[in-house]
Amino acid sequence: MRIPILRLERILLVSIQVDLTDNDAMQFQSDLVERVAEIEALGVAIDITALDVVDSYMARVINDTANMVRLLGAEVVICGIQPFVALTLIEMGRGLLGADCAFNLSQALEMLKRRIAERGDTRFIGDEDV
Amino acid sequence: MKPERTPPPSDAALAELAAAGVRVLISSEPDIMAASRQARLLAERLGFSRSAAYHVATATSELANNLLTHAGGGRLSANLLDERFGSGRLGLELLAEDEGPGIADPALALTEGYSTGRGLGCGLPGVKRLMDDFSLEPRPGGGTRVWAVKWR
Repeated sequence: MRIPILRLERILLVSIQVDLTDNDAMQFQSDLVERVAEIEALGVAIDITALDVVDSYMARVINDTANMVRLLGAEVVICGIQPFVALTLIEMGRGLLGADCAFNLSQALEMLKRRIAERGDTRFIGDEDV
Repeated sequence: MKPERTPPPSDAALAELAAAGVRVLISSEPDIMAASRQARLLAERLGFSRSAAYHVATATSELANNLLTHAGGGRLSANLLDERFGSGRLGLELLAEDEGPGIADPALALTEGYSTGRGLGCGLPGVKRLMDDFSLEPRPGGGTRVWAVKWR
């Protein structure tokens, strides 16, 4: 199962809809870091609205992915965590997800744009330098 | 407004659930998701609250993941525990059994943040928190047996 990576100017959008196997996760992470580097993405939004069970393995995949993207120099926001996922993750003993979160994709995009602007990155404005 | 507590299933439904149970052989990654989904369905049919059903699903996923990662596979089952004539409770029991190498140091395996696998080091301690009763012991013939119960 390959996860599609959508591009919106210099921001990338990904939506994880099923539990990933080890191989899927590695494929997804390498696709994503490659794409981030290729377009020098300024931000990535990871949507997990469709996941209704997030165990410590999936939480680690999401965490690791967010950290990889940050290392490259892009901002990350995770969005769409289901109420019962939040409840279970905290109950399990950790705020497993280290990245910033938003309710939905449109809020995630707003957060990313604001952060990119705060960083003094004006590159997001249009496509002129691509 | 408080949501009303779901009434317990009828006697006939309980008899059916007791006979049904969930038994999944874990030998590949998709089996983990199947086990987790089936355990959640069983919890919902037993009338568990939504959050409790998600706790059960997540605990099942952790246990199944452990079976695959540390023992190369094993058996995961979920059963109804009917103690209406004893303690008066209804519960859902999870049992994960493998014939793997066993856990060298059980206390360490239950330590927060300790991991030899691919998780965050909160798998087994996580299961312990998500469920009400928990035990981890070596199986007589070799391997490991993890037992956990969520009471309604």
